[in-house]
Amino acid sequence: MSAILAATTTTTWDSPTIEYSALAPILIVLGAAVISVLLEAFLPREYRRPIQLILTFSALVLGLAAVWWQRGTREIAAEGSVAVDGPTLFMQGSILVLAIIAALVLAERHVDPAGDSFAPRASALPGSEDEQAFTRLGWFQTEVWPLFLFCVGGMLLFPASSDLLTMFVALEVLSLPLYIMAGLARRRRLLSQEAALKYFVLGSFSSAFFLYGVALLYGYAGTVDLKGIADALTRNAGEQGLVIAGVALLMVGLLFKIGAAPFHQWTPDVYQGSPTSVTGFMAACTKVAAFGALLRVMYVALGGIRWDWRPVMYIIAGLTMIVGTLFALTQTDIKRMLAYSSIAQAGFILVGVLATNAEGLQGTMVYLLAYGIATIGAFAIVTLVRDSTGEATHLSQWAGLGKKSPLVASAFALFLLAFAGIPLTSGFTGKFAVFTAGIAGGATGVVIIGVLASAVAAFFYVRVIVLMFFNEPPTEGGASVVVPSTFTTFAITVTVALTLVIGILPQTVLQLTQDAGLFLR
Amino acid sequence: MNWLLVLFLLPLVGAAVVMLLPRENGLLAKQVGIAVSVITFAVSVVLCFQFDAARGGDFQLGFAYDWIPAFGVQFAMAVDGIALVLVALSTCLVPVVLVAGWNDADGARGSVKGYIALVLLLESAMIGVFAATDVFLFYVFFEAMLVPVYFLIGRYGGPRRNYAAVKFLLYSLFGGLLMLASLIGLYVVSADQTGSGTFDFLSLAGLTIDPTTQKWLFLGFFIAFAIKAPLVPFHTWLPDAAAESTPGTAVLLVGVLDKVGTFGMLRYCLELFPEASTWATPVVIALAVISIIYGALLAIGQNDIKRLIAYTSVSHFGFIVLGVFVMTTQGQSGATLYMVNHGFSTAALFLLAGFMISRRGSRFIDDFGGVQKVAPVLAGFLLIAGLSSLALPGLSSFVSEFLVLQGTFVRYAWVGVIATIGIVLAALYILLMYQRTMTGPTPDVVREKVGDLGGREVLAIAPLLVVIIALGFFPQPVLDVINPAVDRVMVNVGATDPAPQVPVAEGTQP
Repeated sequence: MSAILAATTTTTWDSPTIEYSALAPILIVLGAAVISVLLEAFLPREYRRPIQLILTFSALVLGLAAVWWQRGTREIAAEGSVAVDGPTLFMQGSILVLAIIAALVLAERHVDPAGDSFAPRASALPGSEDEQAFTRLGWFQTEVWPLFLFCVGGMLLFPASSDLLTMFVALEVLSLPLYIMAGLARRRRLLSQEAALKYFVLGSFSSAFFLYGVALLYGYAGTVDLKGIADALTRNAGEQGLVIAGVALLMVGLLFKIGAAPFHQWTPDVYQGSPTSVTGFMAACTKVAAFGALLRVMYVALGGIRWDWRPVMYIIAGLTMIVGTLFALTQTDIKRMLAYSSIAQAGFILVGVLATNAEGLQGTMVYLLAYGIATIGAFAIVTLVRDSTGEATHLSQWAGLGKKSPLVASAFALFLLAFAGIPLTSGFTGKFAVFTAGIAGGATGVVIIGVLASAVAAFFYVRVIVLMFFNEPPTEGGASVVVPSTFTTFAITVTVALTLVIGILPQTVLQLTQDAGLFLR
Repeated sequence: MNWLLVLFLLPLVGAAVVMLLPRENGLLAKQVGIAVSVITFAVSVVLCFQFDAARGGDFQLGFAYDWIPAFGVQFAMAVDGIALVLVALSTCLVPVVLVAGWNDADGARGSVKGYIALVLLLESAMIGVFAATDVFLFYVFFEAMLVPVYFLIGRYGGPRRNYAAVKFLLYSLFGGLLMLASLIGLYVVSADQTGSGTFDFLSLAGLTIDPTTQKWLFLGFFIAFAIKAPLVPFHTWLPDAAAESTPGTAVLLVGVLDKVGTFGMLRYCLELFPEASTWATPVVIALAVISIIYGALLAIGQNDIKRLIAYTSVSHFGFIVLGVFVMTTQGQSGATLYMVNHGFSTAALFLLAGFMISRRGSRFIDDFGGVQKVAPVLAGFLLIAGLSSLALPGLSSFVSEFLVLQGTFVRYAWVGVIATIGIVLAALYILLMYQRTMTGPTPDVVREKVGDLGGREVLAIAPLLVVIIALGFFPQPVLDVINPAVDRVMVNVGATDPAPQVPVAEGTQP
């Protein structure tokens, strides 16, 4: 006690220095989120949507501009808790681009005959009179926008965190809004609420694991700073058991967010139950952010002991690819199939992570961007394919779609081919980049599993294409494509174009990842 | 202006133009498609004249642009003698297929213009796959070819088209992905040895790869090519795909696409992994001989004409692979020439079978009989095509089959003996088929339905027969183009022809 008193009396207190320019992207988005909450509270209902939309899009675009303005910056900002370097900026840029496209899909109001795809009042009991009353009143909620902005803000901070506590805060800032957004679906309320609850319960568990891991690593290194932990590992100071246990728990938390097996169980249920526009957003952006954080922890803090964690990652990557592809084979629901496919994709991306070389970092970043774009596009198309009760997600309803709506079906086929990694699509560029890094990093075995898994995965992607193009539409219960407003049309056009560009002329993106350089230690 | 680039771009642009035509006007799409394919063929003839046959082992008429510098990938094409003849084969068959399959796409699930555009797209990919000198580019075309074929089978094929299309795609994708793993491995090796990774074929052929790595990389490439070729036991997709696709698609599939497999073995397996190829030779030769005999036996047992032709191709591909892997000059020249000849004779067989099937409304040999009396021209054409397929002297396949067997005998006499049985079996499957469909009494149904060939059909088949007969008597111009390239392969693989063993006359021995 006296020491603390002495400290307060003898030293002058320096206010922390905050590098506002380096943090601009995060600050802009989080600032907009706060304003968005206030708007939600004080604006009259009829003005909320246009103003929220303007706020959201301008925040995201400004954030992206700030990322571009900061390119080349390499500094540890905010008193050592945020690292702004090439990889951070590339991932923040990716997240913002993906978020802009996802926001376009979220803003859609022409697809569902009842209005938007969000429940008029999410807190009402599903099936209750209360709920029906709100539906009859034709209310719309715009609360999704502040949640969305907070979530994006958390995602921007997550891969930039340079100490584990900041990383934990970012994890929570991005997760909590997602839990709520998962429960907002207008239709199939029970599924949606189940998804939200599952995601919340399992997500909190994983956060607890993460936090416990942080505590153990702190016990080992005496610091939560990533560089500090790396230094402690080099000095080989402290209790080895703490490191192993700490790293294991930390990895559980991160791998959960990524959706890697065996921590993937939540993915299909949550992807299926959430409003589809939200699913696309969370599948794409969460993965970028979580892989960013995983890469930073693994490369910066734990790079010195990579020989200890790589074997574990080998197993997890292999298992994730196998589980994802095998379960995807048996799915009959398009959203669940895409969920398992995203698990398999996470396995492929992990090959880049465990390569632990510069190519691995670059390949992972390219793959994440390519995957994110195709994912948002694919889920955007799922929102359009509907029958009288809402989205027609059963695969049998997609039969013959190529005949009824050749353009939409072709776009969806393109995304599936990209997931399957067919050359001249973005997926191939990503796969090629991570597999090259994997072999160069000595992980040939995992790459071979990856190649075989891709061959199996091709089967269920191709099956959907066959269904759409070669089968006759079902006589009853078939789905049709609803013509969306400019928002979704634009989103799908952009994702199709980017999927082709990254596939055919990938040099620009590859150059960006090369220029991003390595993590700042 | 580089003519090779023009050759590659023409069908691509043509496909785009055809897609922009109105959907209802199928006739216009067909006319544009045929015009584009004929011009493409003309350009390929120009290329053949520009090609310096004396330097046929060098890559000529090429161009190279940076495509993905980050991976060391170039958009680079050039042709050696082997690639040139295969490019010429592809560009020659496309107009034939379009003329012969004038009505193929009518009334199908897909539109007529879609069919034409897919065929042109495929033509572009075929030119690319043979002409690519960047291994990455080769891989891209190798995979990209699948998409048009998949839709050609799946949208325009027969009753079991879905099954056949998916089976084809999955087999090919599986092989392609194994090749991708090897390709990446090769890239990493090149990055280790030269500092920066490259996919340039000549640079890669100059690497010295340690034997263990070489074997693994070889396997990835070889399995992909063996599926494509197809070699027993990877062949089961071919009869399904060929039987369910339209005759035109079957021609391009069996006549050209499958050649990518044998071409790949010759160009990529042998030259990139010479030691591993030598190591694998016994197994590959065994598989090739099994393919020759097994394919022929299955062909004899078929009642479905298209499946029969598909199985004969399995047998013929056995000969080609045998020729490639016996590592003699005659064997490899013969194999290359065989690729060309097989393309023409199979094309004629498939197209004629298609004419018969569309007239009779059945693919089964049992449903025919005595066609010769009602359709003499059809029967005569089928006989010539069939005789070429069974390698009758004077028709083109004879020369190549003879060269392959000769090349085999000088190194592996017993293999040559077994392979020769394949020729006997070939006579059986072709002549039995001819006898059962063309001769004998003519059932009323056949008399009623099967008429002789029309002008368009004769126009499509006649050039093929002319080539078959011309190459049968005078194959030298093609061999002149091929031989220098084969010599290069032989040098790169480190093989030399065994010295001829002249039996020494008795009494002169020292």
